[in-house]
Amino acid sequence: MHKKVTFRGFALPVALLLPQLVVTAIFFLWPAGQALYQSVLRQDAFGLRTTYVGLANFERLFSDPLYLNSFQVTVVFSLAVTFLGLAIALLLATMADRVIKGASGYKTLLIMPYAVAPAVAGVLWWFLFNPSIGLFAHTLRALGIDWNHLLNGDQALILVVIAAVWKQISYNFLFFLAGLQAIPRSLVEAAAIDGAGPMKRFWTIVFPLLSPTAFFLLVVNVTYAFFDTFQIIHATTSGGPGQSTTILVYKVYSDGFVGLDLGSSAAQSVVLMAIVIVLTFVQFRYIERRVQY
Amino acid sequence: MAGIGIRDVVKRYGDTKVIHGVSIDVADGEFIVIVGPSGCGKSTLLRMVAGLEEITGGEVAIDGRVVNRLEPKDRNIAMVFQNYALYPHMSVYDNMAYGLKIAGLSKDAIRERVDKAARMLQLEPYLDRKPRQLSGGQRQRVAMGRCIVREPAAFLFDEPLSNLDAKLRVQMRLEIKQLQRSLGTTALYVTHDQVEAMTLADRLVVMNGGVAEQIDTPMNVYLHPATTFVAGFIGSPAMNFMPGRLGGDGRAITLDTGAPLRALPEPIVGHGGEKPVTIGVRPEHLALVGQPEAELTLRARVVETLGADTLVHGVLLDKDAAIVPVAGEGGEVLAARLPGNVTVREGDTLPLRVAEGALHVFDRETGRRLADV
Repeated sequence: MHKKVTFRGFALPVALLLPQLVVTAIFFLWPAGQALYQSVLRQDAFGLRTTYVGLANFERLFSDPLYLNSFQVTVVFSLAVTFLGLAIALLLATMADRVIKGASGYKTLLIMPYAVAPAVAGVLWWFLFNPSIGLFAHTLRALGIDWNHLLNGDQALILVVIAAVWKQISYNFLFFLAGLQAIPRSLVEAAAIDGAGPMKRFWTIVFPLLSPTAFFLLVVNVTYAFFDTFQIIHATTSGGPGQSTTILVYKVYSDGFVGLDLGSSAAQSVVLMAIVIVLTFVQFRYIERRVQY
Repeated sequence: MAGIGIRDVVKRYGDTKVIHGVSIDVADGEFIVIVGPSGCGKSTLLRMVAGLEEITGGEVAIDGRVVNRLEPKDRNIAMVFQNYALYPHMSVYDNMAYGLKIAGLSKDAIRERVDKAARMLQLEPYLDRKPRQLSGGQRQRVAMGRCIVREPAAFLFDEPLSNLDAKLRVQMRLEIKQLQRSLGTTALYVTHDQVEAMTLADRLVVMNGGVAEQIDTPMNVYLHPATTFVAGFIGSPAMNFMPGRLGGDGRAITLDTGAPLRALPEPIVGHGGEKPVTIGVRPEHLALVGQPEAELTLRARVVETLGADTLVHGVLLDKDAAIVPVAGEGGEVLAARLPGNVTVREGDTLPLRVAEGALHVFDRETGRRLADV
């Protein structure tokens, strides 16, 4: 049993909470506040004059076809990364769960991509698919597919999806494997005696029992696809060609720090923040309910 | 309903042989209990019958059909696992209906069968609950229910009661027995608990080191254990063993302490002459007598009063009242189960006599039984 301890007075509780509060304030509340503040301002390119413009930044944003296109790219990219990342990891984990000989070596190899820095991963895939020197590009060409992600936007998107998924599979794999190993063998055996074949066993017994893990990974992966893929995109395609791989978070960077339109960039950050809040809410509200614990 | 034939079944993991050719013929409707210490291969044997382990050698037949190559689902058996293996995300109803749904029964037929089983097991109020909302005994019943609804040829039980507390275990033991009797389904039951084994079984299989040492009715196993292992494993407290010699006539028995025991009434058939033997006497077959009739003298070391019985653990004395330095430090430890109204104090010297026909004689080299007289 754990006992609830109550602290008297005011100073001690505050002192105990302070480290957490300070970290939250400095690294979250302050920048978020700054973004909100800047999103209603407009600055000239030299930073000499700042004027209050109200919601003009947002209005401009939502009438900008490039921004709306970036939305679409983000949706496609996130869905693809999340779905493929989870599906492939689950497949690998179910396979790894059966391996007995050399299991640890196999698992170590599968986990290794996670130790690769995202930028390095991006460069790695950039090399492999490079239209002039890339091994994969060469192979694809031999198969009659003209691979050139520097010109073809769809191919560029496929490339960043591959790089981002490759990077995330290890993480998902690790959690799925742990989840699988927590399922008692006798449950699967009981289902086998009850007459369920391997696929039936997986979908009616194993997968429902994995659903808490899958839900957790869904949240993590969506967040990953939205935010943490910046480095991969930066190293692989830099958002190009055109804006075909510019996801929202990349556009925040390129508009703000390359284009120096700080007001628009801040407004985009605010939109992103709102998206995250809504996504998290939806996930916990509607999907978590269907999860079997 | 059907019999199970297990013929020369062998299990090998790589170079390690864990089951060395076991044969059991289970008649239709019979309740067979496989009992033995941990690691004796009893669960492995059961899992081979279930189809969860591959059979390395020999044959398993269910209802006269060899099932070695069949998947578990095609063997027409149902199994209760030690941890029940209930599907935690399904209601009690769905747990029981799972197999029937897969078998493609109609909704009405499923409901009928599940309701019938639930009635039999008094699970009706819990059909909508999840397993985690049930007590241990209820979970156990759901596991049983899942087996019953499938109307299999045989029930397989893998230590189904070992996760329950002592009182519930006794109750569930009775329920399992009654259920099996009323359904008349062949049952194969694995346990390490000798009380469960004795009470449930029509016939017992005592396993040790991957070998079936004896297959017989519980009373026969108790009265005529085939080996020293069986003799020591079945019965509590365990049988006392003393080293001795069998005379050349096949009747005279002398303990290594020098004390002669009563000669056997009949010579042992095919005893093969004078030889070293192990003498076994169950604690409950030792009675307190007057000094002149005594065959064994015990010095009490520890006295356990259980109410109905008094258990005396002590050391064997020779005729000069010296402790016999046979094995271990301070002599051979012997146990005697005396009536509860006998008052014994630690340090007392007890003259004891072996009950008529309660001597077990085993070949000391092979450990096999020579006779029981």
